[in-house]
Amino acid sequence: MIIEKIMKNLEANGNKTQAEFTGLKKRFRLSEFVIEKIIFLSSFLAILGVVLIFVFIFREALPVLTDPEVKKEASLKLFFSTTIWQPVSDTPRYGLIPIIVGTFKVVAVALVISIPLAVGAAVYTSEFAPLKIKEFIKPLVEILAGIPSVVLGFFALMVMASFFHSIFHSTMRLNALNAGMALGFAIIPMIYSIAEDSLNSVPRSLKEASLALGANHWQTAARVSLSVAMPGVLAGIILGLGRAVGETMIVLMASGNASILSASIFDSVRTMSATIAAELGEVVQGSAHYSVLFFIGASLFVLTLLINSLAHVTVGRLQRKLAGKI
Amino acid sequence: MKTVKARKIGGVILAILIVSLATGWSLFAAKSITLKGSDTMLILGQRWAEVYMNQNLGAVIQVTGGGSGVGIAALINGGTDICQASRPMKSSEVDKLKERFNTKGVEIPVARDGLAIYLNENSKISELTLDQLKGIYTGQITNWKDVGGDDAKIVLYGRENSSGTYVYFKDNVLKGADFAARTQTLPGTAAIVNAVAKDKDGIGYGGAAYAKGVKYCKVKKDEQSPGYEPTLENVKDGKYPISRYLYWYLRNKPTGDIKKLVDWILSEQGQQIVSKVGYFPVK
Repeated sequence: MIIEKIMKNLEANGNKTQAEFTGLKKRFRLSEFVIEKIIFLSSFLAILGVVLIFVFIFREALPVLTDPEVKKEASLKLFFSTTIWQPVSDTPRYGLIPIIVGTFKVVAVALVISIPLAVGAAVYTSEFAPLKIKEFIKPLVEILAGIPSVVLGFFALMVMASFFHSIFHSTMRLNALNAGMALGFAIIPMIYSIAEDSLNSVPRSLKEASLALGANHWQTAARVSLSVAMPGVLAGIILGLGRAVGETMIVLMASGNASILSASIFDSVRTMSATIAAELGEVVQGSAHYSVLFFIGASLFVLTLLINSLAHVTVGRLQRKLAGKI
Repeated sequence: MKTVKARKIGGVILAILIVSLATGWSLFAAKSITLKGSDTMLILGQRWAEVYMNQNLGAVIQVTGGGSGVGIAALINGGTDICQASRPMKSSEVDKLKERFNTKGVEIPVARDGLAIYLNENSKISELTLDQLKGIYTGQITNWKDVGGDDAKIVLYGRENSSGTYVYFKDNVLKGADFAARTQTLPGTAAIVNAVAKDKDGIGYGGAAYAKGVKYCKVKKDEQSPGYEPTLENVKDGKYPISRYLYWYLRNKPTGDIKKLVDWILSEQGQQIVSKVGYFPVK
C-alpha cells in the first residue's frame, strides 16, 4: 500500500513544472512522513533490542545480589572468597577468581601475538609495499576475518595444540598459550584493517615533508605516519581487545577449560565466556548456578561496554591532541 | 480452471484427513502409553517409541524426561504407566509404592550402560582399580608412577558439568566427590578421545563405541579382582565395573498393550535400537 502511494506520488510529481515542484516542498506529504517514521522506528527498534537484552541479563543475574536463598550459595563475597569453580557438587563453589584470571591470561596472549603482527602488517602495506603486493595482502588478511571462529577453534584443538606441545613439551596440551594464539588470529584482521585505514588517511604532505627533511622511509613511517595514525591504531587494538574478551568458541575448544588459578600460560584455563557456553545448556532455571552464569554474562557485557567506550574516549582525545587543541 | 478445481479437491482431501486424524487421535489417545523418567534414557525411549509407533499403527507412546527420581515419583503417584530409571528403586520408594498400590512394582532391566576409560596407546598402564581411578580424578594421585607407570604428570580429561556422563562418573567412580580442578573439560566425547590420542600422559572417559586411536583401560573392581575391558560381553555379564543397568519400572505385571511393548523392546529388534543409541543390549 505504502509503496503504491509513493509510486503514485512520484508519477504525479513527474508531470509538474519546476516551480510547482519547489512549491510542493512546504506542503505536508504523507509518503515522506511515513518513510521518516519507518526509518526512525527501525533505528529505535535496534536500540530497543539491545536495551531489552541488557534488562533481561541483569534481571536474571539479580538474585545473586538480592535473593537470600541464592545468596547462601553464591554472593559477591563468596565469589571472591574461594579459588575453586565447582558448580556441580554437594557443596557448590562459585569462585570467580580463576575464571577472571583465566580470561585475562588468554586475552593477554592474544594481544601480545596480534598487536605486533597486525600493526606491523598495516605499516608494511600502507608505507612500504609495492601496489601489487599490497593488493594481494590486504584482501587476504580480510579473508582471515571471514573464518568462522569454530573453525579456528577446531584448528587450534587439532593442529596448533600438537604443534606447540611438540615445541614446549608442556604438561597440558590445551592451554592458555594455544587458545590465546588462536584468539590472536581471530582479532588480527580487525586491528589490521582499522590500523591500515588510519595509516592510509595520513596526509601525503606530512610524509613528503618528512622525506624532504632528510628522514628515510623507516623514520618517516615510524615517527610520522604511525604517530599521526595512532588514534586509529589504538582504536583497532581496543576493539580487538573487546572482541577477544567476548570470544567464546575458540577458547571453549582450545583452552582445555580447567579452572586452574596460576600465572603460567602453559596451564589450561577456563574463561568467562566459555563457562557460560559450556554450562548454561543444562542448568536448572532459577537456581543459584543459573543466576551466577547470568552474573558472569552481565559482567562481560559491562566489561566490553567499558572497553568500547574507552576506545571512543581515547581516540577522541588523541585526535584533539594531534590537532593541537589540548 | 483446472488448477482451481484441483485445489478444491485437494482442500477437501486435506479437510477429510484432518478430521480423520482428529477423530483417530481421540480414539487412539485412550490407548496411549506414557514413559517418564531418566534423562539418560530419554533418547533411547524416544527411539523405541518412534519405531514402535511406526510398526503398530494406533499405538501412541508419550516419552518425557525429568530424571530417574521424577519418573519413580510419577510411578508412585500414578502419573505414568512406565518409569524409565538409570538406577534401581530405593527401598523407601518401593515402600511408598506398596502403600499406595499394594504392589512391589515390576523391575525390567532393558539396557546396560558402560563408561570406558581411555588411555594413550603408548601408555604403560593397562589396568586400574576403581579406587585408583577415583584417586586420579579427585587429584589425590597426580603422577603415573604412583599407579605403576612412568614418572610423568597425569593429564585429566573429562566432560562439561552439564553432561549426564559427568554426573554418572562423579556418582559411580568418584562416589560423589568433586573432580580435581585440573580436569580439562572438553565439549564432547570425540574431543576427549582426540585429546587422549595425542597426549601420552592423558586419561579420559566416555562411551565405549567412540575409541579410535586410544586404548581402553581395563578396570578392576579392587586389587584382587581381574581387570576387564568394556567389551559387549563384559558389560552384558556385569563384569565390567563401571556399568549399570537401565530399568523400566511398572506397577504391575504388564498386560495387553504394555506387555506387547515390553516384549518388543526386549526382542532382537528392540535391543538393536539399544546398541544404535550407544548402550549395551541386555539379551
